[in-house]
Amino acid sequence: MNNAIAFRTLVSKETKRFIRIWPQTLLPPAITTALYFLIFGKLIGGRLGDIHGVSYMDYIVPGIILMSVISHSYANVVSSFYSTKFQRNIEELLVAPVPNWIILAGYVTGGIVRGVLVGTVVAGISMLFDPLECQNVYIALSIALLTAILFSLAGFINAVLAESFDDISIIPNFVLTPLSYLGGVFYSAAMLSDTWQTISMGNPILYMVNAFRYGLIGVSDVDVPLAFAITGGFIVVLTAFSLYLLHRGTGIKN
Amino acid sequence: MSMNALSIKNLRKTYQNGFEAVKGIDLDVEAGDFFALLGPNGAGKSTVIGIVSSLVNASSGSVSIFGHDLYKARNLAKTCLGLVPQEVNFNQFDTAKSIVLNMAGYYGMPRKLALQRTEHCLKKMDLWDKRDTISRRLSGGMKRRVMIARAMVHSPKLLILDEPTAGVDIEIRRSMWQTMKQVNEEGTTIILTTHYLEEAESLCRNIAIIDQGRIVEHSDMKSLLARLHIDHFILDLARPLAQAPVIDGYLIERVDNTILNVAVPKALGLNRLFSGLSEQNIEVTSLKNKSNRLEQLFMDLIDAKKPEGRDE
Ligand SMILES: Nc1ncnc2c1ncn2[C@@H]1O[C@H](COP(=O)(O)OP(=O)(O)OP(=O)(O)O)[C@@H](O)[C@H]1O
Ligand SMILES: [Mg+2]
Repeated sequence: MNNAIAFRTLVSKETKRFIRIWPQTLLPPAITTALYFLIFGKLIGGRLGDIHGVSYMDYIVPGIILMSVISHSYANVVSSFYSTKFQRNIEELLVAPVPNWIILAGYVTGGIVRGVLVGTVVAGISMLFDPLECQNVYIALSIALLTAILFSLAGFINAVLAESFDDISIIPNFVLTPLSYLGGVFYSAAMLSDTWQTISMGNPILYMVNAFRYGLIGVSDVDVPLAFAITGGFIVVLTAFSLYLLHRGTGIKN
Repeated sequence: MSMNALSIKNLRKTYQNGFEAVKGIDLDVEAGDFFALLGPNGAGKSTVIGIVSSLVNASSGSVSIFGHDLYKARNLAKTCLGLVPQEVNFNQFDTAKSIVLNMAGYYGMPRKLALQRTEHCLKKMDLWDKRDTISRRLSGGMKRRVMIARAMVHSPKLLILDEPTAGVDIEIRRSMWQTMKQVNEEGTTIILTTHYLEEAESLCRNIAIIDQGRIVEHSDMKSLLARLHIDHFILDLARPLAQAPVIDGYLIERVDNTILNVAVPKALGLNRLFSGLSEQNIEVTSLKNKSNRLEQLFMDLIDAKKPEGRDE
């Protein structure tokens, strides 16, 4: 009962936070992705042939939606938790009888809400260009949700370990963005040479993008159950690590 | 036996950089007490408070709040405690009301009760008409009161305030004293740290003085003050003096050429001082008691307990 109330308080605070600053959190992805769809999907994509039997525009829509989910769930948790820690606002949660797992669940849920909301906005924008297909709504929604959980957890760990504002932009800029672009958002892994295909298979984002694409348009470069297993595996590991960091008080307790 | 609101046993804290901020502290605060924790900057007051309020991990020792051991029953201990930290630590983009309301949520309070308690506490802190102001735009004193309201929202049995009146003007300070007195009279145990020694003197019944991570004094305010045997007076002179007069038994310092600062041992009294001054033809126009008795005591204690051979 107490935990449920604390959890709800935390989630509502997290949600209000990013909605209050919507010009920073909701508007930019709408604009950027509209440009992606226009330039890559329509202008350039119009001149490219089909990939796996679908138009280039249809092919990239799922990847762009999922890329937005990834970057926004991550960004939400990393910036919110880091500033909570930086302003020492975290002390409110440490003084009160809020268990660590509720703290983690609260922030992660905030990240999921933002990721899913941005994903929905992006999906809505793609519909201005082409109707959105959905072959298997369960697969599409569940992989999107798991991806949001995974990257919210990753953002949380980044925030806990970060000691400066630089530290919270290094991972998004130097790890997440390259991995997303190389995760088969704009192309099929089948188009790559054997070596690059093998290397690409080491990129976990590739699995999530393809599983999501499978849910929407029924096309995938990877085995869908394997994608779920990989995503689930990462979630388990990162959850355990987050709880361990909270338990030790890393970065938040002396 | 009455239960202690706070009981600390052999508490130690060594920070990660190897600095030992708390060196084995024992402290008991009775339920219902109004208790002052004094000590110079860096003495370790906030560290002790941090440990008690789960913000800092102790290196060793034990803490219990109303009988709930911090390590065995942390959540029960936490529910008994409200903390007003030394530095502003709320989200400065939130309104006063949402800061207090969210805290109620963290303590698991149902919405309806949370709203009632929030209103009650903000009104008590004279902040109700500022409830929708973004807290960043509140004055320093108001921010402090927001933190007091936040600490009281779950009606804790023990309220710890780390320098609650630092940077607060006289008028507000007095009204905060009034409020704290009232809260204490209603049954809440209060522990307070402060550098305004008159504050401790006028509010608190019991006192501990901490210096360099150790308790150097732990007693009740009355008997502590009774041990003071020197009064300090400021004398205004009619005519300028080139140097301080010498009168046996009194320590006289010249503040400037018409003001003297005199340490008067209670045993000697004032008569001998004045006859001495008259003999030297020094005319006094007015006399003020310098009310820093506690401060003096404080310095004396800390000097007295300094380990031998230290040269600072
Ligand atoms: N995180 C930290 N790492 C290392 N040393 C610390 C840390 N926090 C505090 N200290 C040191 O511990 C000592 C005690 O600090 P503390 O904040 O408890 O003092 P205080 O009595 O509250 O002082 P003040 O009256 O100035 O608030 C100081 O010497 C301080 O420099
Ligand atoms: Mg302090």
